[in-house]
Amino acid sequence: MTEPTPSQTVGPFFTIGLCARPQQELVPEGADGAVAISGRVIDGDGEPVPDAVVEAWDRAGGHWGRCGTDAGGAFHLVTARPAGAGGEAPHLALLVFARGLLKPLLTRMYLPDEKEANTADPVLSALEPDERATLVARPADGGLTFDIRLQGEGQTTFFVL
Amino acid sequence: MSDRRLVRVEDSDRGGREPRYLHPEYRSSVKRAPAAPLVLLPEALADRTGPVFGTGDVAAADADLTAQHDGDPLGERIVVSGRVLGSDGRGVPGTLLEIWQANAAGRYRHGSDRHPAPLDPNFTGAGRCLTDADGRYRFVTVKPGAYPWRNHPNAWRPAHIHLSVFGRAFIDRLVTQMYFPGDPLFEFDPIFQSVRDPAARQRLVSAFDWETTAPEWALGYRFDIVLGSTPIEESP
Ligand SMILES: [Fe+2]
Repeated sequence: MTEPTPSQTVGPFFTIGLCARPQQELVPEGADGAVAISGRVIDGDGEPVPDAVVEAWDRAGGHWGRCGTDAGGAFHLVTARPAGAGGEAPHLALLVFARGLLKPLLTRMYLPDEKEANTADPVLSALEPDERATLVARPADGGLTFDIRLQGEGQTTFFVL
Repeated sequence: MSDRRLVRVEDSDRGGREPRYLHPEYRSSVKRAPAAPLVLLPEALADRTGPVFGTGDVAAADADLTAQHDGDPLGERIVVSGRVLGSDGRGVPGTLLEIWQANAAGRYRHGSDRHPAPLDPNFTGAGRCLTDADGRYRFVTVKPGAYPWRNHPNAWRPAHIHLSVFGRAFIDRLVTQMYFPGDPLFEFDPIFQSVRDPAARQRLVSAFDWETTAPEWALGYRFDIVLGSTPIEESP
């Protein structure tokens, strides 16, 4: 049997299994160059999604972490500023799981102050401006803000998994 | 700047072998499924890396959900074991598995679970382990109960264990649910039925297993997990 096992939703109670220990710091909060990322997961009605979990992978730095959303749909991650690699601009790969999602969503978060690298990035540069805009974080309070809109106006650009 | 456009594709269920994001019978998918086409990343950009977990991330006791409290949990004790395989059929060693489930009465230890069934003071319902060198894993737990939900009138979920696997790469990540053979609720469950192909659905159902059934102690269920290789854009 080598056919893949199908995906199923994490359901509403995944915090028992996936969020029992704090893992939102990909690097320790006080670490040199650590950057705080906050965002909200929002559904097609513009409502916050309080039962989602966002997993982040920084390939260049080898950092991984995740955070479940709170009642307001907010998640918080702390990581080292990602570096670019292989001709790609610095970014984090993000997977979103939630009640209602039968399989995860894959997206990317790029940095707002990397205009040159972003312009040359093979993914960002091949997207329409409005799609590109959904993948670039905004500066906020000394850190970054990155909202993930699952559906509707300003939907985040998602990639095939 | 590249003038190369990326290919957009509609969400696919791979011939019924995977769910689609939008599955209206599962009500919560309606406002959460993305509506815009998905962007296909070219092969050259496919990320084959992912986080690595080690023995420091798990304790041996994490794999026995019946031994996490002072007393034994109520319910039917079971052994759930199997292998994590790549699409090449080879075992995936040292990968992290996480499971969570309702107790034998069908109740989760979670603040949002309103099912009027008892909590079990001796059961949390969470476990984790690393696969061995051959990709094998083994959990001891109790069989979870079916539970009601509000998707449609008189909706009940078939008994299941939620299961998360990391695999070799971040994009091989799989979260799924393991069901038990012969459950009468299968045909009425929109989550299970979101996988249209009956053969693929069957891959979500564990098999009763004499070999891992421990005499005078616990029933054995076998569940192998096959991770997909992520499809990538064909080279021109
Ligand atoms: Fe469940």
